[in-house]
Amino acid sequence: MSFWLIQSLNSLALGGVLFTLAAGFSLIFGLMRIANLSHGAYFMFGAYIGLSVLERGYGFMAAIVAAALGVGLLGGIVERLILRRLAGNSLSQVLATLGVAFVIADGSLWLWGGDPRPVSAPALLSGGVQLFGLTFPLYRLAVLVFSVVIALGLWLLLDKTRLGVMIRASVDDRQMAQGIGVPASRLFTLVFCLGAALAGIGGVIAAPILSVYPGLDADMLPLALVVVILGGLGSLAGAFIGSFLIGFIYSFGQVLFPDLAYIILFLPMVIILAVRPRGLFGRITA
Amino acid sequence: MKLVFLKQKMIYPRDNMTKTLFSMSLSAVVLAAGLTASAHAADAPIRVGFLTIKSGALAAGGKQMEDGLRLFLKERNNTIAGRKVELFVGDTAGQPAIAKTKAQELVEKDKVQVIIGPLAAFEALAIDDYTRKAEVPVISPSAAAEDLTQRKPNPWFVRAVGTSAQTSHVLGDYAARDLKYKRIAIIADDFAFGHETASGFQRAFEDAGGKVVQKLWSPLNVADYGTYIGQIKPNVDAVFAAFAGGNGIKFLKQYNEYGMKAKIPVLGSMTTVDEGILKSMGDEALGVISTGWYAAGIDNPDNKRCVQSMNRDYQQDPGYYSMGAYGAALMLEQALKDVKGKIEDKAGFMAALRQVQLSNDPRGKFSLDALGNPVMDIYVRKVERKNGKLANSVVKTYPAVSQFWTYSKKDFLANPVYTRDYPPAVNIEK
Repeated sequence: MSFWLIQSLNSLALGGVLFTLAAGFSLIFGLMRIANLSHGAYFMFGAYIGLSVLERGYGFMAAIVAAALGVGLLGGIVERLILRRLAGNSLSQVLATLGVAFVIADGSLWLWGGDPRPVSAPALLSGGVQLFGLTFPLYRLAVLVFSVVIALGLWLLLDKTRLGVMIRASVDDRQMAQGIGVPASRLFTLVFCLGAALAGIGGVIAAPILSVYPGLDADMLPLALVVVILGGLGSLAGAFIGSFLIGFIYSFGQVLFPDLAYIILFLPMVIILAVRPRGLFGRITA
Repeated sequence: MKLVFLKQKMIYPRDNMTKTLFSMSLSAVVLAAGLTASAHAADAPIRVGFLTIKSGALAAGGKQMEDGLRLFLKERNNTIAGRKVELFVGDTAGQPAIAKTKAQELVEKDKVQVIIGPLAAFEALAIDDYTRKAEVPVISPSAAAEDLTQRKPNPWFVRAVGTSAQTSHVLGDYAARDLKYKRIAIIADDFAFGHETASGFQRAFEDAGGKVVQKLWSPLNVADYGTYIGQIKPNVDAVFAAFAGGNGIKFLKQYNEYGMKAKIPVLGSMTTVDEGILKSMGDEALGVISTGWYAAGIDNPDNKRCVQSMNRDYQQDPGYYSMGAYGAALMLEQALKDVKGKIEDKAGFMAALRQVQLSNDPRGKFSLDALGNPVMDIYVRKVERKNGKLANSVVKTYPAVSQFWTYSKKDFLANPVYTRDYPPAVNIEK
């Protein structure tokens, strides 16, 4: 009993981490139709920025804000200076994001060194909760709450604001949206900033669980891909449900089928691609 | 998602002094490059190739190896056995294919006479064929794969560090006989180093009367240990955690967060609580018992001096990688002294290298067995906080431990190499 409970909570916490990672990825893909291969690097860069802010004695909220601003700004620069020049050539754009990922990874190695850096959870949220005689880390529950808050915020933004309407319209039919006066240029930059900022926030939130180390970027990027392919590209609900689905598949799959630990994540992805290429909740095909 | 990415060329003379030396000695080197060593060669610098990792996930270990080597060269004023040393550094980026290219480049373009490196076992395996064929002496400062000095020895390869299981045999024995543990769960990285370390532990522990009742293999780049920690059987006496790289940090932190530290003690492999990562850990590492061929707390004058200089120059205690490289350099120095600096006599130098005995090694007495692997002291260590920082203090010393532990060499080599499933775990409880 307690085993199933603990593993379920683990799944939910992992799902929370995955959502903060995948939301921005899905958003960018939905609008710009490019797989942003630097998303893992933005996630890691955000975690490193958060680490530096925390080390200087500022609080966790400050770390999150700094990471969102820093990575969001970087995303905007990349979109304006690099991706824009390659507009219309999505293969070049994808390769360019890969190049950016390498630059960020080596830059981070240079700035923060190669040692893995653990990050402490905020004092208020460290410690554990007792459940049936077992301890569960409180911070993991907090991550779950964080991710739900982010999901709500994004939902409000996309569903209830004028900006959200423009984004959704552009995702559904970009040419028509431009035709009726949606300012595509600004919108693209804004969405790329937002997507990158979300990755940065995700990095800070995940850091107390994952710690920060060179290679975090490459470890996280495939997870983002798996989530959005499963959940559906360009769909917030898809990213949300996909994250928790993957969280459960990952946690229980590793326990129940330990020999399949390496493919347990990719098996559902392959099946979905074969059977329903647009994903569970997808609005567009991959 | 691993992407092979050719890094920019990283081989260069290190500073102006060596640059000048480099040009001054060019003519001598041209002469020395002939088939026989000429009389001029003795004046030319010794050309040492160093394969390390400067980028990617293993860069921290690569940096520490370089720290150890540079500390050694600084202590010797860049001179070994009366000859200047010229260092050529190759960055393998942790990719086997690049490791091989870089080894070729070092040997064929830079004409190095000996290679120290590479870092990872899979890199050492990748260059094995080439170094055999090119007949270039290799001193491994880190790669621990058992068969490199067991079933597939290379006459041109010697090791400055223990095999994967050389330290974990000792821990298995210590856990059963001294700590009186009966039932242990193992969690280890799911790659060759983790398999060999865990299986060596299991064999010695069970031969001394213990039972390994659970084995968990976590992928090397696992995102989270929560799901694994949740599976550990509550009725074991201890958990043996065999991790490499930064995974020990993550595991011990989460083990503590799940309230397990207070319930079940942790035994670690050498690399789980290596000094190179202890500096990034907190109280969660306190009390972890491990075995290793080094501990910053070893009480001899050579080690005290080494710890002091390492802290002065690089603000950290020496650990697995820095001491591995430092030890490799000590071996190079001793062999060169034995052949009076004549590294041009390749066969003579290699013979001397294979018979190296060290008495000035910070790690204690050191010699090589017939297969080129160290016979050395193995220390049982405990993580303690000293002067505000975590360090491994020595609890017990097992003198002159070989890679075969107490088993006969013949029987040991007749068995298959340690793997995920060998020796079979017969006491696993479902």
